[in-house]
Amino acid sequence: MSEPLIFTHSRPGRSAPGQYPEAVAADVPDNLRRRKRAALPEVSELQAVRHFTRLSQLNFSIDTHFYPLGSCTMKYNPRACNAFAMLPEFLGRHPYGPASAGQGFLECMYELQEMLKEVTGMKGVSLTPMAGAQGEFAGVAMMRAYHKARNDLARTEIIVPDAAHGTNPATATMCGCTVVEIPSLANGDIDVDALKQAVGPKTAGIMLTNPSTLGVFERRIKEVAQIVHEAGGLLYYDGANLNAILGKVRPGDMGFDVIHMNLHKTFSTPHGGGGPGSGAVGVGQRLLPFMPIPLVGKDNEKFRWLDERDLPQSIGRLSAFMGNAGVLLRAYVYMRMLGRHGMHRVAEFAALNANYMLAKLKKAGFDAAYPERRASHEFIITLKRQARDLGVNAMDFAKRLLDYGFHAPTTYFPLLVPECLLIEPTETETKQDLDAFIDALVAIQAEAEQDAAKVKGAPYTLPVRRLDDVRAAKQLDLTYQP
Amino acid sequence: MPFIPHTEADVAEMLAAIGASSIDALFDEIPAALRIQSLAGIPDALTEMQVGRLMQSRAQRDGRPLNFIGAGAYEHHIPAAVWAIVSRGEFYSAYTPYQAEASQGTLQLLYEYQTMMASLTGMQVSNASLYDGASALAEACLMAVRAHRKSKSARILVPAAVNPIYLEVARAIAEGQNLKFDIVPFAMGEGEPGKGTTQPSSLEQYRGQDITAVVVQQPNFFGLLEDVDAITDWAHANNALAIAVVNPLSLAILKPPGEWGAKGVDIAVGDGQPLGVPMSSGGPYFGFMTTRMEHVRQMPGRIIGRTLDLDGKPGFTLTLQAREQHIRRSKATSNICTNQGLLVTAATIHMSLLGSTGLENVAAASQQQTRKLVEALTRIKGVKLAFSGPRFHEAVLQLDRNVAGVIEALAKRNVIGGFDLTPRYPELGNALLVCATEMRTDEDIATYAAALTQVMAEAMS
Repeated sequence: MSEPLIFTHSRPGRSAPGQYPEAVAADVPDNLRRRKRAALPEVSELQAVRHFTRLSQLNFSIDTHFYPLGSCTMKYNPRACNAFAMLPEFLGRHPYGPASAGQGFLECMYELQEMLKEVTGMKGVSLTPMAGAQGEFAGVAMMRAYHKARNDLARTEIIVPDAAHGTNPATATMCGCTVVEIPSLANGDIDVDALKQAVGPKTAGIMLTNPSTLGVFERRIKEVAQIVHEAGGLLYYDGANLNAILGKVRPGDMGFDVIHMNLHKTFSTPHGGGGPGSGAVGVGQRLLPFMPIPLVGKDNEKFRWLDERDLPQSIGRLSAFMGNAGVLLRAYVYMRMLGRHGMHRVAEFAALNANYMLAKLKKAGFDAAYPERRASHEFIITLKRQARDLGVNAMDFAKRLLDYGFHAPTTYFPLLVPECLLIEPTETETKQDLDAFIDALVAIQAEAEQDAAKVKGAPYTLPVRRLDDVRAAKQLDLTYQP
Repeated sequence: MPFIPHTEADVAEMLAAIGASSIDALFDEIPAALRIQSLAGIPDALTEMQVGRLMQSRAQRDGRPLNFIGAGAYEHHIPAAVWAIVSRGEFYSAYTPYQAEASQGTLQLLYEYQTMMASLTGMQVSNASLYDGASALAEACLMAVRAHRKSKSARILVPAAVNPIYLEVARAIAEGQNLKFDIVPFAMGEGEPGKGTTQPSSLEQYRGQDITAVVVQQPNFFGLLEDVDAITDWAHANNALAIAVVNPLSLAILKPPGEWGAKGVDIAVGDGQPLGVPMSSGGPYFGFMTTRMEHVRQMPGRIIGRTLDLDGKPGFTLTLQAREQHIRRSKATSNICTNQGLLVTAATIHMSLLGSTGLENVAAASQQQTRKLVEALTRIKGVKLAFSGPRFHEAVLQLDRNVAGVIEALAKRNVIGGFDLTPRYPELGNALLVCATEMRTDEDIATYAAALTQVMAEAMS
């Protein structure tokens, strides 16, 4: 199964003339005119439709496959969210149209801000960051702005646990901070003694994910908050795992000063093959003046944009307009459909699915990374033993799972657990599908014991077999050359 | 329970397998004092039918007024096929292609996109997208500092005629890493040639100084065509890199950044929205970035490469990942992870459907409709054209009264009249930036002219 490049379908002079206006002469000074046409394909409408439909069929997706990619919350993306965000009035609204002509849209955004405040226990929410990493950027930039406003200029260190997402240290660097890494204990909790050693007058703050990327809840969170606050630092909550605690416990109540939420995870907006995401940020009282603009405010039952005139200490704008508005509309529809009682069910059934899979896999002989702990909404299996005894590693298991019709879990993250699979089923999967996935892992284990080479050669049934990544990086082929 | 499939029997069996007495017991590691019992501020659930009714009523309240704003987001025809395919679950509900073998559709499409974008901009390589045009400019400035090994200043020259909101975003994102932005004015004198554009002579005060990069936008924020060859050559003659900000649609008829001046620019960025992405209140759009091969390892974002599989068959995979945050952590080129894949999917299909011929026709028709719009509006008393030089599809008008009041009065007549330049360019007086794409018919333009005539005839408020 494969599909030729669109360029090979192309023939000079072919086009889809129903899709564009008739030619008129362009009025361009000679020295600024394009001479040679771009190498765009020349195809009919049917050729384009067939080509891209066929390409779509080469993908695994939530709509076609169980996709337990840990830390990514690949839950069902309800079609209603897409349909109502794509009403023609919303699609046709220009971002700089006057607020008076956008009250319907602004009301949705205002209510989304309010609902996100409620579920996170924060005092203010800005919807502008366009992905989780930009939300992280906004969060650390606000922490820096807070210290700067107090003339506390030495605070340039960001503490990050070793289990953190790579975006955490990368964000700290983008904000001009240095990174101090602290270890995790064997039970998955942060090493609080190491934290006490790490904090001081240079501490700007700490970035934490809770539950952590190790799939366990950070039990000493109040103590961690106290240590960091007493040292003069602030606490940043990475919302990657908010799905695990929605409606159960709130970051604001745990003592966090600033958080970002991945609306494309917890609030079910589509992942789109790698975006668009949305990384709305929430803040406590101290950081309210620094939020990224614009926000939506409400005066006398009318909605309006809040900008630099309302928040003169804002860290500024992170996008040309107000972030990924269409994604925000999808999240809004999703939250309205869940309602008050639906929120905590998300966490409950995500936790039920994860703990069920963990229990069954342990029983089937797999090694849990943290066997004494409850799973959050995800958990880690380590295949260290299989790699040592059978020569079959986590990547081999992952690739063989594709042949069984399952998207692989996250592999080799977090970095501190060797040969790991980070498995996140989400609440929208049935017990039957979880059982089928468990059966597949058990079957692969049996294959690995009997015929390791078979597993190491997987996949066999996908459009391509294992790809040569070294060749890809050394003999760069990044554009088609006819 | 919306979207949760568990039956009571499932729950009982699953709890028994776990050995837990209740679902609540699964949360027993969370300190009890932190647990919440309800979310009083969240309204009751709505069914799909109810939420549909709510969203329809909100949408209808906003209506579908006639739009004449551009300023970075443009209303173009999008073939029905584009979003019919983009909305397929296999694209819509997949994620970043970490498992290449199970993501060849997305990966091949991105490779095709990189090919089209590199060719459209006249550059050698493209990444697989950034968030939007504004943040792409910020990333380009940061990349220039990494790529320019001899410059120590991290100083970037930015013309005042570059989209001022892009500059605000670049400051917010890049100033934390000590980048400094110097603003270069545009020509303002009456009768001065190139009025409203950036003159190479205004760069002369920086000659001999350590400048990391010079930014130039084509067309500039006022819709005018800059002397991009002269500015690019000035940058290179002064050992600075050149960064282009471009509207990708305009490149169907305008010289691509890779051919500006003697050597072409070093980095080209912009917003891909005009290529098949609806305006939708400002997003999601996508930022694009293309560059020379020599700078590819300094480029942020995902990059797709073609390689071979175990059987020697061609396939596609994420490559040069050693630049990225999940490998390099605090030493990565950027913190970007998720980008704007679905919008790139739309743009790739859009470019395939229109081809060069279609994009040329759309660009030329937009330019023509804007010319007609300017002619119609400047016939109205109290309205004049600010800059008369060659332009693409936007123009600056100067009014004899407060712009914000005129925009509100037009909105009451169902016309979105333009972008108010006065807060950011007080030196231009009561200035309004207008745009007509191929979507605005001659009748639409007449409707706007009639509405503005009425508004301008009213007593000043």
